[in-house]
Amino acid sequence: MSFEGIKTLLATKFGTDVIVGEETSGLQSALLINADRITDVCLELRNNPDTYFDFLSCLSGVDYGTEINRFGVVYHLASIPYKTQLTLKISTENNRDLADLPTFPSIISVYKSADWHEREAYDMLGIFFEGHPDLRRILMPDDWEGFPLRKDYKNAEYYKGIKID
Amino acid sequence: MNEALQRYTEKIANAAVEDMVLNMGPQHPSTHGVLRLELITDGEIVKEVIPHLGYLHRCFEKHAESLTYQQTIPFTDRMDYLASMNNSHAFVMGVERMMGIDKDIPKRIEYIRVLVCELNRIASHLIAIGTYGIDIGAFTPFLWCFRDREHIMGMLEWASGSRMLYNYIWVGGLFYDLPVGFEERCREFVDYFKPKMVELNQLLTDNQVFISRTANVGVLPLDVAINYGCSGPMLRGSGLKWDLRRIDGYSIYPELEFDIPVGTGLMGTVGDCWDRYKVRIDEIEQSLKMVEQCLDRLQKELKRTPEFDPRAKMPRKIIPKAQDYYVRCEGAKGELGFYFMCDGKSEIPTRVKSRGPSFSNLSVLPEISKGVMIADLIAIVGSIDFVLGEVDR
Repeated sequence: MSFEGIKTLLATKFGTDVIVGEETSGLQSALLINADRITDVCLELRNNPDTYFDFLSCLSGVDYGTEINRFGVVYHLASIPYKTQLTLKISTENNRDLADLPTFPSIISVYKSADWHEREAYDMLGIFFEGHPDLRRILMPDDWEGFPLRKDYKNAEYYKGIKID
Repeated sequence: MNEALQRYTEKIANAAVEDMVLNMGPQHPSTHGVLRLELITDGEIVKEVIPHLGYLHRCFEKHAESLTYQQTIPFTDRMDYLASMNNSHAFVMGVERMMGIDKDIPKRIEYIRVLVCELNRIASHLIAIGTYGIDIGAFTPFLWCFRDREHIMGMLEWASGSRMLYNYIWVGGLFYDLPVGFEERCREFVDYFKPKMVELNQLLTDNQVFISRTANVGVLPLDVAINYGCSGPMLRGSGLKWDLRRIDGYSIYPELEFDIPVGTGLMGTVGDCWDRYKVRIDEIEQSLKMVEQCLDRLQKELKRTPEFDPRAKMPRKIIPKAQDYYVRCEGAKGELGFYFMCDGKSEIPTRVKSRGPSFSNLSVLPEISKGVMIADLIAIVGSIDFVLGEVDR
């Protein structure tokens, strides 16, 4: 199904407010989705026999920079029977307070491969996924402070009292 | 303390009372690197596996955010260090497409790239097979595989100057042209290697002990494999013909003839450890076929000429237009992807995410190893063929 077709399909199924925008200037077009509905959208795209996006290639957390204070998640879906690809994006504003992490719904109920990718996004960027059963750090030590891939991250000087050179 | 971490600590504390908690790794030889598996066991039965990653985390994404594209290529080599050429090929292809120069790359360069990638894929699969044998007690195939891999390492060292981390494929070209006489030596290697594969098959593939250890063990059903994002030999072992070299047809793969081997359940069930192993054996044969076809072209119509400059098409400054781009290609272990975000002004990307195939392949391990014996867990871990450099990045 074409990019326009997917847009109409989602609009008729969930109403027009589910798609908040689109990016078509680059080589790959992306759909900007209402963050609260992402699980429903993924479930529909996976189960609908016309789209059948059954493979989650990649899930990336993104920090859009210190000026606009925006965090997002980018999903790259692929359909094995139709050999098509689709990019979905969700984002939200956040004030970078470590006590108030940007929060999105987890899509682990749709794609199990999101499990470790969401843990990685949490570990690296401090994006919280609601509904994830085991959102621990995955690459950094459990007691690490701060989120290393955030644009305002300052390199830690000490780890457990040991100076890091 | 994070809520999930608290739950996890409680679970381990409770398990230590009723069952036994066993640490496998990070220094265990059969975890292929520094992977730590925490096993909750009931006697010999594994009730649950909890993998702990990150011992080899080298901040690839953070490095990529502070270096130019060309400077990042050596870091991609260190992800899957057993198939470095495939990594840099994927990365370079993504940057070239964003720059819009992917159609201008001379055919000779593309053929050389595919030639070295396929040689590297053979080397990677040889390691997978050899270490898999050693995991479950067969020592000889390991030595044989390393002996043959050494020839590939020697050739790639001749071309690039280093044995494992090549930095050979550059954006818009290559480090150098192939050295004079490379094609002939490569052909000698192919002729030498074909009978060795027959020997290896006789020694390991049809070995009754090996079959008993791997057939019907660690069965990965196709729907589970897709849902967990498995790719490469792991997915093909479960019986799906899915190879990005054919599906996307990038580089010059559409011009090459090759088959896509899939698991058939010949010795047991479709998607068991033996199937995954067999897919790798068959892929070596297909890669040899591709190497021969590349050599044919490189020795005939794409012959080396004195004025050929592999760096002629290299852009002086790499500044792609403002856009996001996700490139995927078939690495030695599966779907290798890079997600780039560029702002169109600087030579440094704002975000690079790498999707290592081993990362997703490994994430299925807790699912398929529920209720197996500890000895079978070793067989399952070996059949996944992950490289920790790519899992942790």
